[in-house]
Amino acid sequence: MNERNANLLFATIAILVALVFTSFVLVLAGASPVAAYWYILKGSLGSWTKVADVLVAWVPLLLVTTGLLITFAAGLWNIGIEGQIVLGGIFTTWVLRLLQHSAMAPGLILFLAIAAGALGGALWAVLAGVLKVYGGVNEIFGGLGLDFVAVALTLWLIFGPWKRPGIGSMSGTEPFPESLWLPTLGHTRLSLWALLLGIVSIALVYFLLSGTYFGLKLKAVGKNPRAAYLLGIPATRYLMSAFLLSGLFAGLAGAVQVTAVYHRLIPAISSGYGWLGLMVSMLINFQPAWAAPVTLFFAILNIGSIQLPIVLQLDSSLSGVLQGALVLSFLLMAGVRQKWVARLRAEEGEA
Amino acid sequence: MEIELRHIHKTFGPVHANNDITLNVPSGIIQGLLGENGAGKSTLMKILSGYFHPDSGEIRINGSPIVMHSPADALRFGIGMLHQDPMDFPPMRVLDNFMVGYPQGLHPPRKEARAALKKISDQFGFSLDPDAYVDTLTIGERQQLEIARLLWLGAQVLIFDEPTTGISAQQKDSLFAALRRLAKEGKTVIFVTHKLEEVEILCDRVAVLRAGKLVGTATPPYDLDGLVRMMFGKAVSKGKRTPIEFGKPVLQLKNLAVEDSRLRIEGVNLEVREGEVIGLAGMEGSGQRQLLRAAAGLVRPVEGEIWVDGHNLTGKTYHDFLRRGVAYVPASRLEEGLVPTLSLMEHVILANEQRGLVIDRQAALEDTRKRIQTFNIRGRPLLPVESLSGGNQQRALLALLRPGLRLLLMEHPTRGLDIESAIWVWSTLKQRCREERTAIFFMSSDLEEILHYSDRILVFFSGQVSEPIPAESATTEQLGQLIGGRGFKTGKEASS
Repeated sequence: MNERNANLLFATIAILVALVFTSFVLVLAGASPVAAYWYILKGSLGSWTKVADVLVAWVPLLLVTTGLLITFAAGLWNIGIEGQIVLGGIFTTWVLRLLQHSAMAPGLILFLAIAAGALGGALWAVLAGVLKVYGGVNEIFGGLGLDFVAVALTLWLIFGPWKRPGIGSMSGTEPFPESLWLPTLGHTRLSLWALLLGIVSIALVYFLLSGTYFGLKLKAVGKNPRAAYLLGIPATRYLMSAFLLSGLFAGLAGAVQVTAVYHRLIPAISSGYGWLGLMVSMLINFQPAWAAPVTLFFAILNIGSIQLPIVLQLDSSLSGVLQGALVLSFLLMAGVRQKWVARLRAEEGEA
Repeated sequence: MEIELRHIHKTFGPVHANNDITLNVPSGIIQGLLGENGAGKSTLMKILSGYFHPDSGEIRINGSPIVMHSPADALRFGIGMLHQDPMDFPPMRVLDNFMVGYPQGLHPPRKEARAALKKISDQFGFSLDPDAYVDTLTIGERQQLEIARLLWLGAQVLIFDEPTTGISAQQKDSLFAALRRLAKEGKTVIFVTHKLEEVEILCDRVAVLRAGKLVGTATPPYDLDGLVRMMFGKAVSKGKRTPIEFGKPVLQLKNLAVEDSRLRIEGVNLEVREGEVIGLAGMEGSGQRQLLRAAAGLVRPVEGEIWVDGHNLTGKTYHDFLRRGVAYVPASRLEEGLVPTLSLMEHVILANEQRGLVIDRQAALEDTRKRIQTFNIRGRPLLPVESLSGGNQQRALLALLRPGLRLLLMEHPTRGLDIESAIWVWSTLKQRCREERTAIFFMSSDLEEILHYSDRILVFFSGQVSEPIPAESATTEQLGQLIGGRGFKTGKEASS
């Protein structure tokens, strides 16, 4: 069996394991697995509106995953990604609030707001980077801390300085005028601009990581910082750049959430896409080529399971069960595959 | 307790680490075990202490054969080992460390343990505070703790693997006093070392290992030259050397001092000239690596100055050295030299000067193919470097070096290579010296390699550095004695 076939086989087994596990959970919950999977498909791809909804969820997830691919290439666990999305949302909202009553063209205001979102995410990520590089705080701990600070900051803004006239509420800040919404396609919620942004981003990062000196050096620093140093690569600069770029894409995701989806700042502006992006990154073993299809699949699961509570009285968190099971079974199969390869090599060595 | 090792064999892949070793150690004496790096001393002792299982052979205690599966097993038979680096738990307290390994009970007997620790400490004159944290202790005190622990657990045979590395002279004296006392009480003490002086003042008898074999034993009074010959073998050929005219100085070390947690090297004065090869000899961990690293800017010296081509680079980073044409080739290829998962071609790209932002893969592929051919690497451009064999990884490291280097600093340039590859590696290095006027500064634990390829030799012993010795006039005996710590006249003392 050659390596390619083996990879395919292990991937298939992983998917089967995840499906069996999820089916088991469904049976426990007293539902028919077949019906559940059918409704997920119908609920995500059953009509053009639903396909559009899938793409609406796809864009931020794709942007976040794009950013994470950069930090993972540098060997960093950017757990602060959630906070970086949130800061993107906050900075975008901030600029929109500042400029919404100005005489500036709405297009220009939107552009500035989205750029500000990218900047906000990048700043929050660089903060995690500074904590790591100069403060000796592991980026996982620093990032987690900054996530909580970011959420607290959102709540404070929504219930404090940016509260709706009268009283602040969990439904978020006052919605922006329709002129400051990213234009959407027909009657759907899908913005072609956002879609374009997502696709261009992943294409750019794919090229950045596979075809440029920057990407190669980033990988060298990530895989072996000591050897990279002996090869003359300034590790600190590359680590900081990785944080900055990763945060930039996360910030863009936050900006898209504000300008194209919610049209205001809400407490859960990140929608958990940061965590989901981490899961996807692990699932695809950090390979950029797989980011687009797998994030699309995850978006399908998310949108498709929305109607499960209505039709099958199941909780919509089923998509999370399936996604988690997929990631775990893929990681498990990667481990099994490694042992299998090691045994194969050992046998070859003896022969 | 009398220990008998009979026909012990142990191989690690192609290396025959212990080759038919038979040795008797009666109780009540201090048995020395002497040998250079890789002679098989540690392997043998790890077999005796249950760490390794011999491929064949037998261990007998008081005449009856025993089989051990783990160090805990060995302790049940009364055999305990102190490793070169203390195997303890630094974040825990002395008393907790003392009780680790106590065989039974959910509820450890702290009170008895405390009393036992105090009793043993008093007996041997150790000064151990049961409530201190181990990471605040010196290496010497950690050894004392380990000795006390093994005694409490009933060890009758104590093995010491190079115990005097990194401890003060005073601690060494108290360690030796403790060892003598242990022997007097009828315990069996095995003392592993490479230091001739310690054999002389401490051991009642000594066995010498070379290349996995037991090559001889001796009793006092010791014939030191004889021991050196046993350790290093006789015939070390120096080879023909084609005289190269050395140019102006490339590297200048001025009264350099380097320090780490174990060693301090000081007063190093040296000039390395264009085209010259300087070999650093000595047992591993005697300070060669620190000096080599300091000369590359990888370690900051605590005193003195480093000049490269007339520029003072003291305190600068390795990248500044790199820009001046200095390159460092580490011994641990996959840990420090190469980036696992990246391909050979990607390494070539990284090693070359960056041109533009986008990589020209076609050009890189051709370049890589050329280097694979020139350096005779068995591997393909796009395969990850970790799939190369050790020898080919070493060739790859050499293939990555830029042309026209001023100074090449190398740890063990031919470690793990077969003889043909080693000769080939040195022929390319010497070519650099001749044609590009590169100076080479390298360390090796292979005395033959040092004698063969160096123009001058520095010998290291526990942080002491000898004066440069011209390789042409050096003898194995002279170097062997120096490596064993005899006849030292450091550069500093000589100049004062």
